[in-house]
Amino acid sequence: MPLIKIRDLHFYRGDRAIFDGVNIDIHRGKITAIMGPSGTGKTTLLRLIGGQLRPDSGTIEVDGQDVHKLSHAGLYELRKRMGMLFQSGALLTDLSVYDNVAFPLREHTDLPESMIRDLVLMKLQAVGLRNARDLMPAALSGGMARRVALARAVTLDPMMVMYDEPFTGQDPISMGTIVNLIHRLNDAMGLTSIVVSHDVIETTEIADVIYLLSAGKVIESGSPVQLKRSSSQWVQQFIQGLPDGPVPFHYPGADFADDLLSSEVSA
Amino acid sequence: MIDFIRSLGRWGLDTLQRLGRGHLFLWYMVKGIPEVMLRFSLVIQQLHSVGVLSVMIILVSGLFVGMVLGLQGYNTLVDFGAEESLGVLVALSLVRELGPVVSALLFAGRAGSALTAEIGLMKSTEQLSGMEMMAVDPIRRIIAPRFVAGIISMPLLAAVFSAVGIYGGFIVGYGLLGVDDGAFWSQMQIKTDWYDDVLNGIIKSVVFGVVVTWIALFEGYDAVPTSEGVGRATTRTVVHSAFAILGLDFVLTALMFGGI
Repeated sequence: MPLIKIRDLHFYRGDRAIFDGVNIDIHRGKITAIMGPSGTGKTTLLRLIGGQLRPDSGTIEVDGQDVHKLSHAGLYELRKRMGMLFQSGALLTDLSVYDNVAFPLREHTDLPESMIRDLVLMKLQAVGLRNARDLMPAALSGGMARRVALARAVTLDPMMVMYDEPFTGQDPISMGTIVNLIHRLNDAMGLTSIVVSHDVIETTEIADVIYLLSAGKVIESGSPVQLKRSSSQWVQQFIQGLPDGPVPFHYPGADFADDLLSSEVSA
Repeated sequence: MIDFIRSLGRWGLDTLQRLGRGHLFLWYMVKGIPEVMLRFSLVIQQLHSVGVLSVMIILVSGLFVGMVLGLQGYNTLVDFGAEESLGVLVALSLVRELGPVVSALLFAGRAGSALTAEIGLMKSTEQLSGMEMMAVDPIRRIIAPRFVAGIISMPLLAAVFSAVGIYGGFIVGYGLLGVDDGAFWSQMQIKTDWYDDVLNGIIKSVVFGVVVTWIALFEGYDAVPTSEGVGRATTRTVVHSAFAILGLDFVLTALMFGGI
């Protein structure tokens, strides 16, 4: 039975359908990637899974519980078993690296400070930043901030971690580090990982299953190898990063020649 | 014409929605207060940033307001040979009106705007969302301690303002203009009533504390999460707080001191 079961998901912003009947299964222990062009609602999907947004119709079950039918207390209890890595890291800027990682433990457990210290150092060691524990978030590079946020996301030993665009804006070294960390943590901690991204190379390197979203629907799903062999022109354009294809290079509108010949001057 | 009516309708609906959100927000904050009381260290941190850091502006402003009151009051009273009542005039003006009102206006400018900017930036940098996903309710962990700190700080700051203001009036009256110091203090003590004047002033400042902190926190929490949005929210905090303070002051004065 999958850890997360999304069925017939519909979600609208105004009149625009972000999700128009999406079905996704996310299996335990696997790294599942959700990919698609910018603006397809990949981050929105994570917020729906985390219960921060409500769908217009359809259901999302996490570990057998319908996220949007839970009480406030029930939802918060479920979130203790979910980790999320935000694109910005979302570290608390008034707390040091150490205190940021200790934050969930201090909020949710009555552990003595000595044990909190051991746990925090273990998590920071796992992301390679044990010696940066006294730094403030403002003193961290983007890649380091994301690694601290990752240490914080797994502090409570969750059953799953959701990664929102973990590779965006990273230099090659920190990109490699994060790819490696996601893979290693998933295996070592027995996690279920959901990676939202549009970085094809990095994602296909670590994902077990990929779902490709566009225009509110799942266009294709399968292993990275299956996707690379897909006969769909859209999938090939996305995977190979071709500038023109089913997704046109030109913004749709009037013909270029007609435009040049017309005498209309816009203000 | 239709466009005008349509935009009027949209404005009305938006305003009602915001009012609704604001009141729900107040309800959640109030519900979070018992939990905050059990973790009072969170409130103490905020008492420092909201209260202690506002003391300097309150001290300086209070001193000058009191000195101006002393000077203006003396010039009027001396015409009637009643300059010995200067202490009463300064004390009543400060304790009943100027203390609570001016310190609340300064509090909105100093602490209210800082609260809005802080919460707005926490929202725009996804810190509040991040907290929600860590199963920590930001209203209880971040907002409620600031709310309690605002309510505690405001009457204390108003008291400091009034006390310093009275000394300012005394410095000008006794030190520069030669009013008898015994008459200044004794008349003030006789004519200033604990219940009618001081307590009513404290009640006013508690009400202002609730309203200003509520407006500041809500504006931050409801801000559009962009730099422009946070900037606008900060401006709204100061403007709305000023309206609320002055409007409520009239209502409270009418209820407390009658005459209507």
